[in-house]
Amino acid sequence: MSYKLTYKPYGVHAVLIEWPKQIDTAILDDLLHFKDLILKKNRNTILEVRSAYNSLLVVYVLEVVDFKTAFVELQNIYQSNTDVLKTESRLWKIPVCYDAHFGIDLEYISKVKNCSEESIITRHASAIYTVYFIGFLPGFLYLGGLDSVLFTPRKSTPRLKIEKGAVAIGGNQTGIYPQESPGGWNVIGNSPITFFDATKEQPCFAKAGDKIQFYSISLQEYNQIKTLVEAKVYQLESEVLYD
Amino acid sequence: MIKVLKPGFYSSIQDVGRFGFQQYGVPSSGAMDQNAAALANGLLGNSENAAVLEITITGPTLQFNCVTKICLSGADVSPKLNNVPLTNNKLIKVNPNDVLSFGALQTGVRCYLAVSGGFQTERIMGSRSMYRGVTFHYVLKKHDELELNSVTIEAGEQNSRLRIQQSYLESAVLPAFKGPEFDLLSAVQQKQLLSTRFTISKDNNRMAYQLNEPLSNTLEAIITSVVLPGTVQLTPSGKLIILMRDCQTTGGYPRVLQLKESAINSLAQKFTGHEVSFQLNTQY
Repeated sequence: MSYKLTYKPYGVHAVLIEWPKQIDTAILDDLLHFKDLILKKNRNTILEVRSAYNSLLVVYVLEVVDFKTAFVELQNIYQSNTDVLKTESRLWKIPVCYDAHFGIDLEYISKVKNCSEESIITRHASAIYTVYFIGFLPGFLYLGGLDSVLFTPRKSTPRLKIEKGAVAIGGNQTGIYPQESPGGWNVIGNSPITFFDATKEQPCFAKAGDKIQFYSISLQEYNQIKTLVEAKVYQLESEVLYD
Repeated sequence: MIKVLKPGFYSSIQDVGRFGFQQYGVPSSGAMDQNAAALANGLLGNSENAAVLEITITGPTLQFNCVTKICLSGADVSPKLNNVPLTNNKLIKVNPNDVLSFGALQTGVRCYLAVSGGFQTERIMGSRSMYRGVTFHYVLKKHDELELNSVTIEAGEQNSRLRIQQSYLESAVLPAFKGPEFDLLSAVQQKQLLSTRFTISKDNNRMAYQLNEPLSNTLEAIITSVVLPGTVQLTPSGKLIILMRDCQTTGGYPRVLQLKESAINSLAQKFTGHEVSFQLNTQY
């Protein structure tokens, strides 16, 4: 807990806390630790603490009457160095079918990168990605850790419809569309997993700080898993991560 | 129960919103004009969080199959019960088979229909606010049936009417606080932002309102961060986007202003071609 942070009002209900302008896992760890501390101290006065790459938004139940006091209170928590039990992080193994049926932009990426479709799949499925936060759409994970060879600019004209489950690359990011949506990313496969279930108390299985790894499955396996997912009996593979 | 004979341009069930799930990427949603929704609920004696029907520009045609009381607030969309004109902000008794319909839009953009006890439609994550991908139904469709509680209305109960301060429906001035990136704007840009009369573009809906007049922009994109309903974003082309109730939870454009809650309500009653300007509130 040693970063120089800035505190700003954001509307009348929230304080925005900002870390240095960079994307890295040390900042992520620090802000998630701070988030745990804030929630432990002020559970009743806080509606929610939201996180992004290098910022936290502390949303209070009531209007903030005096922002200066709120800032000091948060600064004291940041400097208190209290030990909280670190929220358990998990590594999730996500099946992805990279078959040409789903991977409609694999051929294009293979052409512009001058490498085989197999090597693109291998590179995409061998990395371990960090979940930075959830945003954009319900259940959309912002993932860090894409192999730089795979960086591909977004399409100049977005597609009107990208399928639910589409695994795609946009610039230096990769992600999974949790629902059908317009989008400008390059689609390389599809995952049969549900990334957002509104009927669950915790609608997303993954959370900021978790890791994701993709593994390649055949079209036949895709259909089998999809059936189990729809019947709500599929068990996603995961393991606890220890520091 | 209410039967939807015609859905209207865009009608959806909304309440105060869905809170505590923005960390999962779920928008807060809720009635675009919270002031009007609260008024309609308040006049009926409903709880603040009772679900109402948000009606946009062109109203639906609805048939009731139970006895209840209703109240309309917000935009005046020339409401009629069995073809007899009604007035907003007035309690109205409704009988089985009564048909509520709407005509020409007179003032505002969004009208709220509250029913006694509130609509009893599906509730997901603590809210009945419809949103695609979260609730099963996201917009009213023909033949939909909306659940509500039947009420007994005591004999001799008078229909009452309240005179309401409705000036916010017409107000073109949007009070706002500084957004997180406001201070990165030059003095000239700040002045331009606060002195221009902007017109609302045809891209305006429950997610966001775009403004036509571009601002000179030299700010770079920010690292994707959190946004809120009422956040005014400055895009690379200089166009301003005002986020509304169904907005995404994160964004990468500089956040130059944050509208006050009352300004979000005012803006919700405007649409394409209407003019607005921002007024900076320095006092929190």
